[in-house]
Amino acid sequence: MPETATIKSSATHTVPKIALRRRITDHVMTGAAVLTVILVLAPLVAIFAYLIYRGVGSLNWAFLTQTPKPVGEAGGGMANAIVGSAFILALASIIGVPVGVGAGIYLAEFGRNRFGDIIRFTADVLNGVPSIVIGIVAYAIVVLSQKHFSALAGGVALAIMMIPTITRTTEEMLLLVPQALREAAYGLGIPRWRTTLSITLRTATSGVITGIMLAFARVAGETAPLLFTAFGNQFWNLKVTEPTAALPLQIYTYALSPYDDWHRQAWAGAFVLIVLIVTSVAAVRFAVRRGTFGAA
Amino acid sequence: MAIPALPRPDMPAPQPVEATKVSGLPPTGREVAPFLRGTSGETGDRIFKSAMLVCGLAVLAILVLIVYELMLRSGPSWHAFGFKFFAGHDWDPVNEHFGALPFIYGTLVSSFLALLIAVPLSIGVAVFTTEMCPAALRGPLSFFVELLAAIPSVVYGLWAIFVLIPLLSHYVQPFLSKTFGWTGLFVGPPYGISMLAAGIILSIMIIPIISSITREVLMVVPQHQREAALALGATRWEMIRVGVLRNARAGIMGGIILGLGRALGETMAVTMVIGNRPEIAKSLFAPGYTMASVLANEFSEATGDVYLSALIEIGLALFLVTIVVNALARLLVWTVTRGQPSRANA
Repeated sequence: MPETATIKSSATHTVPKIALRRRITDHVMTGAAVLTVILVLAPLVAIFAYLIYRGVGSLNWAFLTQTPKPVGEAGGGMANAIVGSAFILALASIIGVPVGVGAGIYLAEFGRNRFGDIIRFTADVLNGVPSIVIGIVAYAIVVLSQKHFSALAGGVALAIMMIPTITRTTEEMLLLVPQALREAAYGLGIPRWRTTLSITLRTATSGVITGIMLAFARVAGETAPLLFTAFGNQFWNLKVTEPTAALPLQIYTYALSPYDDWHRQAWAGAFVLIVLIVTSVAAVRFAVRRGTFGAA
Repeated sequence: MAIPALPRPDMPAPQPVEATKVSGLPPTGREVAPFLRGTSGETGDRIFKSAMLVCGLAVLAILVLIVYELMLRSGPSWHAFGFKFFAGHDWDPVNEHFGALPFIYGTLVSSFLALLIAVPLSIGVAVFTTEMCPAALRGPLSFFVELLAAIPSVVYGLWAIFVLIPLLSHYVQPFLSKTFGWTGLFVGPPYGISMLAAGIILSIMIIPIISSITREVLMVVPQHQREAALALGATRWEMIRVGVLRNARAGIMGGIILGLGRALGETMAVTMVIGNRPEIAKSLFAPGYTMASVLANEFSEATGDVYLSALIEIGLALFLVTIVVNALARLLVWTVTRGQPSRANA
């Protein structure tokens, strides 16, 4: 075949035209691949660098301890939004984590059949539903029945977004637990439910928690489903039935405002949001790794 | 390990266990662990299984609830406008006349633009990480690309407003209109806020999805495909084209469609840069509006039942489109990563 010959001849500097063209194409495509990597990494670096630059520069004590000042007045902070976000996320986790883990257990332990496949597919489909649509549904279910915006509505919206992710990762993690471990437990006469909770789930704890944190991190920055559920609030609120401020909402409002001071605070808010997400995820993973033997 | 799956019921218990006080057991004369009788734990198991089933059903119920609420609440708008809702140009809340075409157009164009930018870049990154890059770089590189997926949408929007938009209006748009102005796609004042900006920010957001799935799919391509191509004298690029990419077509397509699903439903970042004007303009420099953005902007201020239900109908349409798109994508990815690559001997 001519190809073999040309490659060999490339070493002896008698390169026929066809081989040269192919080698140039090869180099060009390699260069193109490297170029795509640079093009993809550039915005990432730009976003992080700019976020840290503007965020750290804008951060101050007032931002972390005060509530927003009236429109046009400089100063103030997002303390209520930081706490409000934590509050809504706690509500979402209280609703979403048990249901998600439970559904995951069902799929892994009882769901190796057609019905399980239906639930599995439903979870995957739910994962792709736009967050704004979930906001509408939470509005229709909670806000319309309560007649006003509330932290609970925001929590429900975020919980709905957390459940499919938690379900699927929990299932995957439980399936990683060796069957022999379950059989050993059955062999000791431990009932199935005890086996699942104390042996299977416990072995997979670190993986399951990683899945929960993944879902948590995903919804922590969500803005769209909170727009017409938690709605936002200029003041402190820790009542489940009242509108509540949330960090992403506040960032959104401030980013679109015409005031420089609010822009500054939006950057500080974005920085705090990302730091909070990263540290909460890291802290939980660290605690879990120390507590168990890190099965996954 | 040769552990028997279950203890034989007729085996005597090795030791008396204290949980023998379970009632309903026939007296056996000696202390027998209840589990050997096969009754203990059955109630517990049944309760446990139904509790877990309830959780599983909850997942199903959520989807049903979403469909039900959206259909129920969009009823008034559906009755008022019918199919014309999706073909009408006017969006006039004052006279309660609603047509969703500008939003559908905006969603489609911005998503298409995003794919146009994101697909070559994502495939390039995936090919580089799986086929070309040194092993030491592979882990950090995919980690960094996936870091892009962890940034909240609103932060992308914030960055776009203060960095991307000025960049576009000062450098990119003047250049494009000078060079490609004759196409009619790049005309108009370079304000930055535009359909183009929305497409670019969307493309940055969907690159991690497409590239991570493409990478997964490329890694499933059997090694002997590569070796066979190389053995025939192919250069590395020819090997990638013939041996790798061609085998992974279906999976890559799935990744692209999954990215499309994300782009269609993306709300915040797009709302912050697209300009929010319900018009259909040919130029990419003109502002637009997407289905998700109109929900974000107008939902909490919608007065009147028809207005609200028109918005919910847009939500329903968005929901149905993303479901179809996602189901299609899952199917494509599944066929590749589950079984063997579809054309292993191409």
